[in-house]
Amino acid sequence: MTRARRLGAALLGGGTGTVFLLLVLIFAGILALNPGFFEGPSLMAFLKQAAPLVILAAGQYFVIVSGNFDLSVGALVGAQVVIAARLIDGEESRTVPVMLVMLAFGIGVGLVNGLITTVLKVQSFITTLGMLLVLYGAIRLWTGGAPTGSLSEAFRTPGRLGITDVPLVGQIPWALLIMLALGAGAILLMRTRFGRILMASGDNELAAKLSGARVDAARTAAFVLSGVSATVAGILIGGFAGVSAQVGEGLEFTVITAVVLGGVALGGGRGTALAAMAGALAIEALFTLFNQMALPATLRPAVQGAIIIAAVAYAARRRTRPALQTTASPS
Amino acid sequence: MQTTRLAFAAAAALGLLLATGCTTDAPADDAATDESAPAADSGEWFVQAEYDEQLAQRDIEPEGDPNTPWLQAIEPEWVDTSAFTREGGDATVCFSNASVSNPWRVTGWITMQEQVKVLQEAGEIGEFRTSDAGDDDDQQISDIQAFVDSGECDALIISPSTTATLTPAVETACASGIPVIVFDRGVNTDCATTFIHPIGGYAYGADAAEFLVENLEPGSKVLALRILPGVDVLEHRWAAAQQIFGDSELEVLGNEFTGGDAAEIKNIVTQYLQRGDVDGIWMDAGDGAVAAIEAFEDAGKPYPVMAGEDELSFMRKWEETGMTAIAPVYSNFQWRTPVLAATMILNGEQVPAEWVLPQEPITEADRDEYLERNAEMPSLHYAKFGGEDLPGFPDAWRDR
Repeated sequence: MTRARRLGAALLGGGTGTVFLLLVLIFAGILALNPGFFEGPSLMAFLKQAAPLVILAAGQYFVIVSGNFDLSVGALVGAQVVIAARLIDGEESRTVPVMLVMLAFGIGVGLVNGLITTVLKVQSFITTLGMLLVLYGAIRLWTGGAPTGSLSEAFRTPGRLGITDVPLVGQIPWALLIMLALGAGAILLMRTRFGRILMASGDNELAAKLSGARVDAARTAAFVLSGVSATVAGILIGGFAGVSAQVGEGLEFTVITAVVLGGVALGGGRGTALAAMAGALAIEALFTLFNQMALPATLRPAVQGAIIIAAVAYAARRRTRPALQTTASPS
Repeated sequence: MQTTRLAFAAAAALGLLLATGCTTDAPADDAATDESAPAADSGEWFVQAEYDEQLAQRDIEPEGDPNTPWLQAIEPEWVDTSAFTREGGDATVCFSNASVSNPWRVTGWITMQEQVKVLQEAGEIGEFRTSDAGDDDDQQISDIQAFVDSGECDALIISPSTTATLTPAVETACASGIPVIVFDRGVNTDCATTFIHPIGGYAYGADAAEFLVENLEPGSKVLALRILPGVDVLEHRWAAAQQIFGDSELEVLGNEFTGGDAAEIKNIVTQYLQRGDVDGIWMDAGDGAVAAIEAFEDAGKPYPVMAGEDELSFMRKWEETGMTAIAPVYSNFQWRTPVLAATMILNGEQVPAEWVLPQEPITEADRDEYLERNAEMPSLHYAKFGGEDLPGFPDAWRDR
């Protein structure tokens, strides 16, 4: 009985539960318009396409929950794809070395973001906004504005292909498996000591420090995780669709929206990794719903914005109600 | 109690949103299905006279040598420029660029710089000063003002970022007494000495749409992929396509904005393929065309009849797959013309007041020839860039 009530409160009662309710509503809408969407192959195609954003959301979650932002992820995804195309230049044998270079680059960018924020005490909003511009500019300088080179078939495999000839679903995309593995990793990581320090430093930095937690190290690690997630997302997006000059543009706002939609408070200290990833799934599902409704393209951003504000406001109002806080608060 | 009220409010808000969504949706749907009334929602961007003129210009033989299409002109009205004659060569030519924010502009910008090098060696141009506004109107207005204020430009080339906003700045430049050359996107004034552009957006959109109408069975379904709303050269392409699709038996499934992002394009096409068959793809620009084709491959569907652009990634995929396609062209070689026009004007030679350059799509017949010519070029390069005879070819474009 108590358990059922708690579940009900979590679902309807705002906080991180709202996103699952929203997800159910959106899927119900899609089902009503096009039942075929839930057949194996098209569902797999949806998950394949949603995987990069879900992975990015997991990375962004670590940063946001520890009280910071990472605005540089969109530019980093774009940079990674452009770097990959240029360095691989169609040579299959270079695939793995270049992926390692990309991973090192992603870690490096995350480390720089983290150290500037924690050691130099620059607000993360400014640090990562600066990093966004630096990456954007550096890539334009390096390529003269248009990406060159091409990706190898092997590079494109994780984002584009999967295990084929599976009964019922047709193809299980590699992207989905990678998403599940990294998602599970993110959830488990939040249950470790590191996860608790991260959460505590977003909730109350001073208290965390006084109790002996290495707040700065944890926050820097969060940026590094975000950089790694952008690298994986870059590999998947580049694999999915190939190189174009616009890869990753605006992705930082989509992913922050997704994380906030998942009920993770800006400023940190609240929310679960699972809900953040569900937020990303909800955003992708919303795009699909708009498509099914044949909503005019010009109207979509406005409707999207309104739904997000409504959902977050609903969650926030519920969270501030004292009676429910004991059950709905995740911490 | 408060909870219930809140829930009601949220539900009402959502309901309202969905309702407005539906009502706004209705006219667009009518436009798509009611074939007697095409272009119902493109009225703002459709001018019948310009549409008719551009479609007619496609069949007019341009004046000049076909081997140098960047110097050809369709029905030119020559203007006297003797007032601008300048002795001594080594002119300072200034160029206010809107941006190099897409591969089409990057390709053209390289071509222009290579052309300038030739003119510099010939002693026609001394200094070539440039500014890049990064797609920012305000920045470009101040860039133009700075060039005018410096008093050192012997001629000013402007590639405007947007039409209406840049008009006063171009007028100011004209008033300063130096020759002004506008190219690519236009402005709402004819004060410039010459306005250089290929035939235009209507012709581009019509080339693409007519090809789909000719190559698809009546009743076939076409998906339109567009970069972004509100830019005249792109809106004209879509307005023309709406006219032609409206008069045809084709069904337009939808028109979607993609930002030219390959991932977005692949998502959208994949989703349409989940809902049903798509027989044709119309694009207002070829960016990301390959991603659209791959969506068909990955979904295991037959290739669509497709209108892309003369971007090489699309043309190479077209050849590789053998699909039925056309590459409409928004002549990239127009980037050569303004610097040549500047030296002509400073030499007192006549130039056309409105310099309409030829704009011919690449069809299956001449596709392989263009692919061969551009064999060394990167995939985000444009086949009709027109710089093969410049000394920097091919390195300048290949190693960009």
